[in-house]
Amino acid sequence: MLDLTYETPKPKVIAGAKHDWELVIGMEVHAQIATKAKLFSGASTEFGAEPNSNVSFVDAAMPGMLPVVNEFCVEQAVRTGLGLKAQINLTSAFDRKNYFYPDLPQGYQISQLYHPLVGEGEILVDMQPGIARLVRIERIHVEQDAGKSIHDMDPAMSFVDLNRTGVALMEIVSRPDIRGPEEAAAYVTKLRQILRYLGTCDGNMQNGNLRADVNVSICRPGAYEKYQETQDFSHLGTRCEIKNMNSMRFIQAAIDYEARRQIAILEAGGKVDQETRLYDPDKGETRSMRSKEEAHDYRYFPDPDLLPLELEQSWVDNIAATLPELPDAKKARFVKDFGLSEYDASVLTADVDSADYFEKVAEGRDGKMAANWVINELFGRLKKEGHDITSSPVSPEQLSAIIGLIQKGDISGKIAKDLFEIVYSEGGNPEEIVETRGMKQVTDTGAIETAVDEVIAANPAQVEKARANPKLAGWFVGQVMKATGGKANPKAVNEIVAAKLGL
Amino acid sequence: MSIDKDTAARVAKLARIRVEEDALPDLANEFNNILTFIEQLSEVDVDGVEPMTSVTPMALPRRADVVTEGGDAGPVLSNAPDAREGFFAVPKVVE
Repeated sequence: MLDLTYETPKPKVIAGAKHDWELVIGMEVHAQIATKAKLFSGASTEFGAEPNSNVSFVDAAMPGMLPVVNEFCVEQAVRTGLGLKAQINLTSAFDRKNYFYPDLPQGYQISQLYHPLVGEGEILVDMQPGIARLVRIERIHVEQDAGKSIHDMDPAMSFVDLNRTGVALMEIVSRPDIRGPEEAAAYVTKLRQILRYLGTCDGNMQNGNLRADVNVSICRPGAYEKYQETQDFSHLGTRCEIKNMNSMRFIQAAIDYEARRQIAILEAGGKVDQETRLYDPDKGETRSMRSKEEAHDYRYFPDPDLLPLELEQSWVDNIAATLPELPDAKKARFVKDFGLSEYDASVLTADVDSADYFEKVAEGRDGKMAANWVINELFGRLKKEGHDITSSPVSPEQLSAIIGLIQKGDISGKIAKDLFEIVYSEGGNPEEIVETRGMKQVTDTGAIETAVDEVIAANPAQVEKARANPKLAGWFVGQVMKATGGKANPKAVNEIVAAKLGL
Repeated sequence: MSIDKDTAARVAKLARIRVEEDALPDLANEFNNILTFIEQLSEVDVDGVEPMTSVTPMALPRRADVVTEGGDAGPVLSNAPDAREGFFAVPKVVE
């Protein structure tokens, strides 16, 4: 299926005052599972509802309420695991992670520490055409989200909204296989792309539906290779975890800052403390959350309210049988079947809606021409007006018709752009527009001959010059095109002009 | 395993239960009694025995992905000592 070969990118090297340093990064991505109801209750997961309206008594942790697992959450997490070529654990279990915070009414988060639902998998992270990093996934577990605390509405009080409490999350944990800030952002981008293809998470980072904790450490060149050989972490530096980032830009800036902070400490003869840090986008720096460290001793134990989660292999197989075509496979197919460059195929498969749109346009058309029109004309135009592909004023059928008219020779590429503008702003059937507005290319050689004769008759001096210097024939072609309103077939005009001038 | 006064204080703090300083030695002692009692279990050889999660053969009950609850903040907030504009209002929590 996947036969794109790739080379491994070089790790990012930061020059310190004394030595060169390399980065080692592992990520924990929290992805909200796309479902209607919460993980253990029948309350809605809809974003933007009135405060505390999407809350059941289970979510509010009223005494005596018991959690009942939403089977579709499990299915979505399994689907994600399969999409990341991961091992699915037919037996997993839920544990309690204990801590006190106002937006966690239970006093514990139900998570999966000891027996996660999904085991080892992998993600191929594309950097540039032909260059990609294979990042290993350690595990995916399912857990509850916490609520939201708002600290700035009142000087003395914090306000708590439990709408998010109990919404299902997948925590997707990578191995420390990421080697630079750009790779980290590319990893999240690729993961998000796969989740959106699978339909298991909408990937909306602004709403916090996808957020990342980043573990950063630094090491001297060569140390990482020793770690990869032995899987012995002692070859690597002490890591710091930067919590809860929901922007690709912040992820990169935070990693860069954090690496330089650690380099400065080590080069000054100091020692990096393993700790949790927070990125402050306003100041562009990370700072310690030491308060959190002290308070947090989670005392995990198996949740006595929930039996182990046992799955049937046949149930998992049914999910596997309905997996959609994923980005890597789609990209490889676009390259192979439509003759696209890897770059164009990447652009078109970046999200599934664009890919579907392109395939509809390309059906029965020249693939490369279809790709050019979608990427250069349509995407360019949509971007300018802040539309996305799903709200494109030009349907794939309309764009396909425009390309069909070019391929048939009914219109030139230049007229096609005018036609595209008309369809974009006014709508309508491209074939009809071409007919009713007389945009059709003149391929009738009789009509072109007449036009050429007229231009030749009116410009005897130019004729003399062109006969002496055949390069000047282009002037006649231009005049004929002008006389026919750009509708003459340029190839036919060239031939007829040459013939009439006797060149 | 032996629980000292500091550990007892720490456990109390994690559980958000206030224990006065002079009550800590007795609390530590109680913990030790409980743990000693429990530690008798380690005399049993459980090698190769699956942990028992239920005394009757039961499967984990599951629900369908359907919204069946919520939609009304009133009852959810009715026990709250303080609520404003639909939010629970709690003493300021500063990170």
